[in-house]
Amino acid sequence: MTAPDSVALYRMIRFIRRFEERSVDLVKSGEIVSGVHPCIGQEAVSAGACATLEPDDIVLSSHRGHGHLLAKGCDPARVMAEMAGRVTGIDKGRGGSFHPSDFSANVYNATGTVGHGSGIAAGIAWAAVKAGKSTVVMSFFGDGAVTQGALLEGFNLAGLWNLPVVYICENNGYATTLPVQTAVSGTITGRGEAFGIPSSTVDGQDAETVFAAVSEAVERARSGGGPSLLEMRTYRYHGHHTFELKTRLKYREQAEIDEWRLRDPLDIQAARVAADVRARIDDEVERELDEVVRFAVESPRPDPADATDHMYADGFRPRAGVSL
Amino acid sequence: MPKLSYLKALNRALGDEMTRDESVFVLGEDMNFALTNVTAGFLDRFGPDRVVEVPLTEQGFTNFATGAALAGRRPVVEFQIPFLLLLVFEQITNQANKFLLMSGGQRSVPVTYLMPAAGWRPGWGAQHSDQPYSLFAHMGVKTVLPATPTDAYGLLTTAIRDDDPVVFFGPLASLTVREDVDYADLGPIPLGSGRVHRAGTDVTVVALGHLVHEALAVADELAAEASIEVWDPRSVYPFDWTGLAESVARTGRLVVFDDSNRSCGMGAEILATAAEEMRLTAPPRRVTRPDGAIVGAVPELDVVLQPTRAQLAEAVRAVLKSPGW
Ligand SMILES: Cc1ncc(C[n+]2csc(CCOP(=O)(O)OP(=O)(O)O)c2C)c(N)n1
Ligand SMILES: [Mg+2]
Repeated sequence: MTAPDSVALYRMIRFIRRFEERSVDLVKSGEIVSGVHPCIGQEAVSAGACATLEPDDIVLSSHRGHGHLLAKGCDPARVMAEMAGRVTGIDKGRGGSFHPSDFSANVYNATGTVGHGSGIAAGIAWAAVKAGKSTVVMSFFGDGAVTQGALLEGFNLAGLWNLPVVYICENNGYATTLPVQTAVSGTITGRGEAFGIPSSTVDGQDAETVFAAVSEAVERARSGGGPSLLEMRTYRYHGHHTFELKTRLKYREQAEIDEWRLRDPLDIQAARVAADVRARIDDEVERELDEVVRFAVESPRPDPADATDHMYADGFRPRAGVSL
Repeated sequence: MPKLSYLKALNRALGDEMTRDESVFVLGEDMNFALTNVTAGFLDRFGPDRVVEVPLTEQGFTNFATGAALAGRRPVVEFQIPFLLLLVFEQITNQANKFLLMSGGQRSVPVTYLMPAAGWRPGWGAQHSDQPYSLFAHMGVKTVLPATPTDAYGLLTTAIRDDDPVVFFGPLASLTVREDVDYADLGPIPLGSGRVHRAGTDVTVVALGHLVHEALAVADELAAEASIEVWDPRSVYPFDWTGLAESVARTGRLVVFDDSNRSCGMGAEILATAAEEMRLTAPPRRVTRPDGAIVGAVPELDVVLQPTRAQLAEAVRAVLKSPGW
C-alpha cells in the first residue's frame, strides 16, 4: 500500500469544504434552484476513498455526492455549473446536484433512488471483469440505504460473483431526520457479512484512516478478491438539504453537532500539514473557487427549446397538444 | 416454406443478435434450463458468460443490467411473470429510461426487457395474468407488442439494437402462433410502424398483441356485413399515429381492441388521439379488460372479463350503425 499524501488530502478536504460552502451561498442567492445536500463534515470520506483509485476506476455517487465528484477528478467548474443548471455543466444541466454523472472522470451515476446503486455497481463491475479489465467500482451510499432491499440484492450479486466493488456506506447518523439507531436492526457491517463480504467500520473523520482502509479493499478488489463493505462513521454539520436553512427541524441537539465539530475532518488533516503550506493551499483554493463560481454563474442557461434533447437516443417524437 | 412459431422466432432473433454482436447477453431466472424456451440451446452455443443465470432478485438484476449497459454491454433481461415488471417498474422507468437525459446525452442504457408470456394464464389467477404494456407507454418507455412470428423476430431484433431501454411483450396467447416464413425475409422492423393485417373500407379495428388474431377472425365472421380493416400498431411506444390516421382516413370509423385495463389504457389513448386529431365520422368504441384483476384461478371466471370476439363484433356493429356525431 502506498502512503497517503497528507498535503493532497488536506487540499482536497479544504477544496470540498469551501466548494460546498460556496454552493450553499449560490443556493441562497437563487443560482442553484434545487438546493443541495451539503457533505460538509464528511469530506474525509470522499477525499480518502477516492485517493486510492486509478483514473480508470469507476465511482457511483449519491445525492450527497459533490465530494465524490470532486475527489474523483471532475472539473469543479463544470460540477458547479451543473448544480446551477447551466449548459456548461457536466450533464448540460440535465443531471443537477442530485443525479450527476461525468463519464470523462468515470463517475457513472448517482441514482436518486436511495440504495439502488449497489446493483448498478455490480453490473458495471461484472462487465469490466468480462472485458478482462482490472477496473474497481466504488459505490457510495448513506445509512438510509441499508434498509433498502435493493441494496442487499446488489450485495448478493457482488458477493456471489466475487465482483470488484468497494461499497462505502457513509453513516452520518441520520437519514434526513431519522436517527440510524431507530432505523437499522442489527448492524451495517452485518449486512455485508451476511453475503460473505469482508466488512468493517472505519473512522470517517480521519482521511488517512479512510485511505488505509479503502486501499486494502481496493487492492482486494483489483486482485480478484471480491467486494468489500466499509462503514464510514461520519457526521454532517449542515442540514440534510439546504431547505433546513428555512425550516427548523429539531431532530438533533446542538450539543451533538458541537461534539462532532471537535473531530472536524478538516482540522484533523490540517494538523498534519505545515502552517505555511496550508496558508498557500487555502489561498489557492479560494482563487480557484472564485473562478469556479464565476464560470458557473456566467455560463448560459439551457434554451427551453432544447428541453427534449437527449430524452431518446433517436430523438424525441413530438405529439400534438404537447408544447414542444 | 418453413413454419416458424412465435417462440422460435424469439429464440432465433436473440440467437442471431448474440451471434452478430458480442456485447449482447441474456440474463434471467432458470436460464440454465431455458425454462421459457426462449433461450433453448443457448448455454451450449454461447456459454455461461453470455447466458447468465441469476437468482430471484429482480430489482437487483434489473439494476445490474443498467450497470452492464452503462459499461458498454447490451443486456436482454428475461422475466418469467408480468408482475415482475411491476416490481422493477421504478428501475426501468425512473432509472434506465431517464439516464440518457440525466447524463446530458453522455450515455444511453440499451437494455431489452423481455416478457415472453404476457397476459392471461388460464387458471393461474389474479397475480399471474397482467398485461401492463400501457403502463410503460404512459411512462414513455419504448414498448413493443408484436402479434406474429415475423413481427416478433423483427421487433426483438430492433429492441436489442435500439440504444434506449425497450420493453418487449410477447403475449402468451401468441407464443404458439405459427407462420410460413422465408428466413431470408426476417429482419428488423422499425419501432412505431404499424401494420395493416387486413385491408377494409368501413371501419378500422386497432388490435393489439394476440387480439390481432381474434380481430382477424371477427373480420372474417362479419365479412358479409362489413369491410373491416385490422390495423396493428406493433409498438405501443412510440406509436404509429400517422399510420393510424391513414387507416382512419380510409374508413372514418374506429374500434380499439385492447387487452389493457380500461382506465388510462392504450385504448383510451388511441381513442383520445383519434378524437383530437383524426376525422372520425362516428363516435369510436373500445373493447378492453375491466379495471382491476383478472380474478382467475378458474378459466370460466377469467374469460368473461377479457376482451372477447363477441364484444368486438358488437362494438363494430354499433359503430357502423351509428348515425354519426
Ligand atoms: C428509495 C428512496 N426513498 C426515499 C428517498 C428520499 N430521500 C432522499 S435522501 C434521503 C435520506 C437518505 O439518507 P442516507 O442514505 O443516510 O443519506 P444522507 O442523506 O444521510 O447522506 C431520503 C429519504 C429517495 N430518494 N429514495
Ligand atoms: Mg445518513
